[in-house]
Amino acid sequence: MSTRALLLRRHSVLPGFNLALGFTLLYLCFIVLIPLSAVFLKTFTVSWGTFLDTVTSPRVVASYRLTFGASLLAALVNAVFGLLVAWVLVRYRFPGKRLVDALVDLPFALPTAVAGIALTTLYASNGWIGKLLPFKVSYTPLGVFVALTFIGLPFVVRTVQPVLEDLQRELEEAAATLGASRLQTFAYVIFPALMPALLTGFALAFARALGEYGSVIFIAGNMPMVSEITSLLIITKLEQYDYAGATGIAVVMLVTAFLLLLMMNLIQAWARRRQGR
Amino acid sequence: MSAVMESPDKLAVADAGPLVRPLAPPRVADAVSEPAWVRRTLIAVALLFLTLFLFVPLVAVFVQALAKGLDVYWAALTEADAVSALKLTLIAAGISVPLNLVFGVAAAWAIAKFDFRGKNILLTLIDLPFSVSPVIAGLIYLLIFGLQGWWGQWLRDHDLKIVFAVPGIVLATVFVTFPFIARELIPLMQAQGQEQEEAARVLGASGWQILWRVTLPNVKWALLYGVILCNARAMGEFGAVSVVSGHIRGQTNTLPLHIEILYNDYQFAAAFAVASLLAGLALVTLVLKYIVERRAKASHKEARHEH
Repeated sequence: MSTRALLLRRHSVLPGFNLALGFTLLYLCFIVLIPLSAVFLKTFTVSWGTFLDTVTSPRVVASYRLTFGASLLAALVNAVFGLLVAWVLVRYRFPGKRLVDALVDLPFALPTAVAGIALTTLYASNGWIGKLLPFKVSYTPLGVFVALTFIGLPFVVRTVQPVLEDLQRELEEAAATLGASRLQTFAYVIFPALMPALLTGFALAFARALGEYGSVIFIAGNMPMVSEITSLLIITKLEQYDYAGATGIAVVMLVTAFLLLLMMNLIQAWARRRQGR
Repeated sequence: MSAVMESPDKLAVADAGPLVRPLAPPRVADAVSEPAWVRRTLIAVALLFLTLFLFVPLVAVFVQALAKGLDVYWAALTEADAVSALKLTLIAAGISVPLNLVFGVAAAWAIAKFDFRGKNILLTLIDLPFSVSPVIAGLIYLLIFGLQGWWGQWLRDHDLKIVFAVPGIVLATVFVTFPFIARELIPLMQAQGQEQEEAARVLGASGWQILWRVTLPNVKWALLYGVILCNARAMGEFGAVSVVSGHIRGQTNTLPLHIEILYNDYQFAAAFAVASLLAGLALVTLVLKYIVERRAKASHKEARHEH
């Protein structure tokens, strides 16, 4: 009863608070928090200098550049095309629309390894799509971009779509009445309303791409300094029994991911404030 | 001079416009829509993008799987290593989905039905596994249970194996699927409030009765949706499981890891045959998701109608 009195802001007649919260916290600690803290505690066992040397060695920095660059590019492409797909799905009617709408979630449902081998085969120089292209995609950094675009695709569509559905048509009618062209209405009325959702979707796709592993390793070719992503470098270090090195890189990735998460929460808070006004 | 002369004329023409074409319908719809050619172009570009990045890869999986004929396809699926990989995948999903289901219900009950300090921090922590790379999700269990890890020596002394064995695979799967069901239940149960549960309480129902008879029936579609997503991810997880599995054929390989081995052995038809199983699972997931979403919408409308 004491934790209940200590934590509860308001008295409730419903039972089960202690049990539910207790189980939630226990499970969270054992599955997530304690194991995750192991990464940081492991890093403390090596000196600061060794840690810095590991996470700034040329091969590791090259992998950051590739992972970050390809993720950013993929998230940008997804922002543009995700907005377009959401727009088309909400505003227009065409045959097969419901099928298309349902299939947008495919990258969520399809295991990454399956996506990886399918994309690699398609974009290889003798594959269905690779054959038509004058440049190589599979086994190059461009392949990394293709895989990351695939896995990030639903994020922007699914964050923008509900906002677009709820958008009041009256606002657009008002803009038209006041003499705005359709393009002006989009730029000054619709787009600003979609901006928070678009940013959230972009950040989600970007965050997902940074940590992606399964779909990328098949298509990347995995050449050190050229097409080796950071996640793979962790695996490589582990296979050489360099646990401290692997953990150092993992800490850098985790901190980046947490910063992104914080940024997303700030965007959402900002959006809520804007809507409240 | 001429400008002054011209303006009344133009006004007259503008005024005469509606009179000249009295039958033209009011074109309100056009004001908030685009010309047909813009619509068609946008639809075409969107569909082209989706075709290149989604539909063609999906079709390719099945075409490649059957490229060498049905015999090869069937042989790849019934081979001993493939069957044991399938079994392990089912075990991992069969343990992690119920665990995360119980957690999801407990977390949603605490967060949605009560008002307590630190709720937002708890919500962020529940989402945490979403932002952790799968490879790191595997790494953390290696750091704890691996030979060089915290409990590595103790586990070896007692002849217990967690990493490079089935328990490690289950743990990694539980971690990556941790938030799925909680994330579906929490927002819905928050939106539903607690009046119904309070009414049941006043009428003398116990906590478990409230949960079984009031709360869970109210959220059944979201629950099912969460379970479907959780299961899809559990069966398809690759990165996290890859780190802790040890890749022992016939023992610690799940279906996705089996695909990797076949693919790296240049047994492409076999790799795609196994992949087609998981792609089929993905399609079933999408269909179930579609049905559940429609049911959820329908019951939402019904609930509104009753009010």
